[in-house]
Amino acid sequence: MSETNPPEKTGFWRRLTSGLARTATSLTQGITDLVTKRKLDAATLEELEDVLIRADLGTATSARIVEAVGRGRHDKMIEPDEVKGLIAAEVEQILTPVARPLVIDTAHKPYVVLMVGVNGSGKTTTIGKLAAQWKAEGLKLTLAAGDTFRAAAIEQLKVWGARTGAHVVAREQGADAAGVAHDAITEARVNGSDVLMIDTAGRLQNRAELMAELEKVVRVIKKLEPTAPHAVLLVLDATVGQNALTQVEVFTRMAGVTGLVMTKLDGTARGGILVAIAEKHGLPVHLIGVGEAAEDLQPFSARDFARAIAGLA
Amino acid sequence: MFDSLSDRLGGILDKLKRRGALTEADVGEAMREVRRALIEADVALDVVRAFTDKVRTRAVGVEVIKSVTPGQMVVKIVHDALVETLGSDAEPIDLNAPAPVAILMVGLQGSGKTTTTAKIAKRLTERGKRRVLMASLDTRRPAAMEQLATLGTQVEVNTLPIVPGQSAVQIAKRAMDAARFGNYDVVMLDTAGRVTLDEALMAEVAEVRAATNPHEVLLVADSLTGQDAVNTAKAFDSRVTLTGIVLTRADGDGRGGAALSMRAVTGKPIKLLGTGEKMDALEDFDPQRVAGRILGMGDVVALVEKAAENIDIEKARATAERMRKGVFDLEDLRDQLTQMQKMGGMGGLMGMLPGVAKVKNQIAAANLDDKVFKRQTAIIGSMTRKERRNPKLLDASRKRRIAAGSGTKVEEINRLIKMHRQMADVMKAMGGAAGKRGPLAGLASMMGMGAGGPSPEALQQMAEKMPGGLGGGLPPNFPGGKLPGGMPGLGGGMPKGFPGLPGLGGSKKK
Repeated sequence: MSETNPPEKTGFWRRLTSGLARTATSLTQGITDLVTKRKLDAATLEELEDVLIRADLGTATSARIVEAVGRGRHDKMIEPDEVKGLIAAEVEQILTPVARPLVIDTAHKPYVVLMVGVNGSGKTTTIGKLAAQWKAEGLKLTLAAGDTFRAAAIEQLKVWGARTGAHVVAREQGADAAGVAHDAITEARVNGSDVLMIDTAGRLQNRAELMAELEKVVRVIKKLEPTAPHAVLLVLDATVGQNALTQVEVFTRMAGVTGLVMTKLDGTARGGILVAIAEKHGLPVHLIGVGEAAEDLQPFSARDFARAIAGLA
Repeated sequence: MFDSLSDRLGGILDKLKRRGALTEADVGEAMREVRRALIEADVALDVVRAFTDKVRTRAVGVEVIKSVTPGQMVVKIVHDALVETLGSDAEPIDLNAPAPVAILMVGLQGSGKTTTTAKIAKRLTERGKRRVLMASLDTRRPAAMEQLATLGTQVEVNTLPIVPGQSAVQIAKRAMDAARFGNYDVVMLDTAGRVTLDEALMAEVAEVRAATNPHEVLLVADSLTGQDAVNTAKAFDSRVTLTGIVLTRADGDGRGGAALSMRAVTGKPIKLLGTGEKMDALEDFDPQRVAGRILGMGDVVALVEKAAENIDIEKARATAERMRKGVFDLEDLRDQLTQMQKMGGMGGLMGMLPGVAKVKNQIAAANLDDKVFKRQTAIIGSMTRKERRNPKLLDASRKRRIAAGSGTKVEEINRLIKMHRQMADVMKAMGGAAGKRGPLAGLASMMGMGAGGPSPEALQQMAEKMPGGLGGGLPPNFPGGKLPGGMPGLGGGMPKGFPGLPGLGGSKKK
């Protein structure tokens, strides 16, 4: 089993840049390559668009950003840093409205957080990291092992419970997830938890029966507590491509997603789909995961993300 | 999103309405949309570029099938190239090595390695009748080992007992030893998910590979992966030399461009698809299906295929039209022969008709096989266009030349000419007698669209009108026709309503 060595505390900047630096390196390289040599003509802009496409921003969003960058600057000689700044500014402008931290409203007790997403996106791990962070802030936590499908998902959450001292509500594997949620709310009320985080099984959004099951979980939660779930977080893997747009759409429709978490930004994936999602759906982006340690789950900052993407961080 | 894509494509492609061969402009225009479609399907940009360049070269100059637009034609060409690139043969997991055969599973976090490991183990146990041992080398994710153990119980495959505190390499070695002592055929090594930039973890998996010498190293990758697919595939391939790829979550509604990206950059085959949460939801890779989804233009591809089929129908209709006018030259005959061959030759044709099993045997006995069709087609092919249009030109010298050209004998050519003449006579008789409508309309419709076919009454009429009874479409001297009766002996067994073999255009009918 895991022996995660407690990583030394580091400054915010270092963490973020080390996480996003790789994302930025290739982008920076691309941009520098293409702009030091030439003026900002159509061919250059096209290459700029390619760079954004490679970061998963998608064709439409990439095209719009490039158009904005090129507007009024056609055939002008331009410094690489200036292009980076322009790209960052455009991206930031799209992301600023959605960069909103996850704030626990203490008026609700417990504040119910439901974690949803496709398989393998990192729901359970995100719960574990959030539990560690909130525990450190002195909040009392209950975790609900709502992923009753995947083998050992319950054990995985229990390990996190043990690590963070959070109470874990679980039934046997194969039990009704809505039932687990029901028990969890009851128990969290009794034990006076500030926050209840409910895990769910990963599911592909095109699986109607599984989405109906998720809808039922939400329904059961609402029956007990009409204001809950107070936050429904969709967890997205940074490697995901254009399908994330559909994920956001369907999960929002079926489970009322209130915000996004993007995990695994410490890999080679750029997570640029967030920009396309922001443009299209305008859902808040709360957190990004840039490493395996608990504190690697960080508040999402539009400016930093945009600058990192443009290679300015 | 996809709707607007196909709308846009439709718009662009519809503009290209000209016929003939594909021009550079046609291809270029369509290719821009194809590029976009591929990117939206998450095919990596560099792969898209290399791919479209290849297809561009291939497509320019290709004849556009009638009734499709050049754009649609390009899409079909792209589709075929996709299938080709993805690999047309399914490559199964290779266990051809001394036991215990190690299979190493690698991939990013959350790609589905553990689930896939159990699925493959189940498959090898049940279908391959192998003794499989599974071991989890994931020392990082909480309860990862328990997950594999639970799945092992579920699929009834043994897992290596968990010993806390061991490193991945130690566990791998222990698994190989246990497999040797326990007489296992296969050892499946499930590794921890890792980002390819994590140097320590990449070194670890390379070390595991070196220690166990696996016969298969499978990259488990999410088919919803975006542009990063190339980086992941390249990084794993360079560190542990992959032997194949397993794509998970192929049951999602992603368009799965990652399949093309990974295949293109590593050249390694995609061996399996994970298609669901159940333990038997594992399928052999199907390039057709994956290509269709990546391009997202299955309807266009189907359309072009249909159009290609329709060419034959149109040809048949044209022939029917000529026959109505009493014209029937050797070119028409060749078309008829080709059509018959396409319909499965004589045997296939007979098989489609009710109550002809007996006749079928007779035909076989009479050597009336498909080679005859082929030879006749060859004879006609060796003629000049003039000769085909006007068989009267064929004198002894021309016949000798044709015989040499087609590898046949003059007698065979004579037989063919005779057959043609008789058929032409039949056509003329029918055409003349039938006048405007009558039975020939039925025949024409039968030869044309094959829709419905002539009414029984019409056939009855036709039967009376035709010289030599029904089936007169085939002349007495049909090659190999040593069978008794009018048309090469089939007359007796032929059901009524069989208006001459040559015209039977509607393969859709029984």
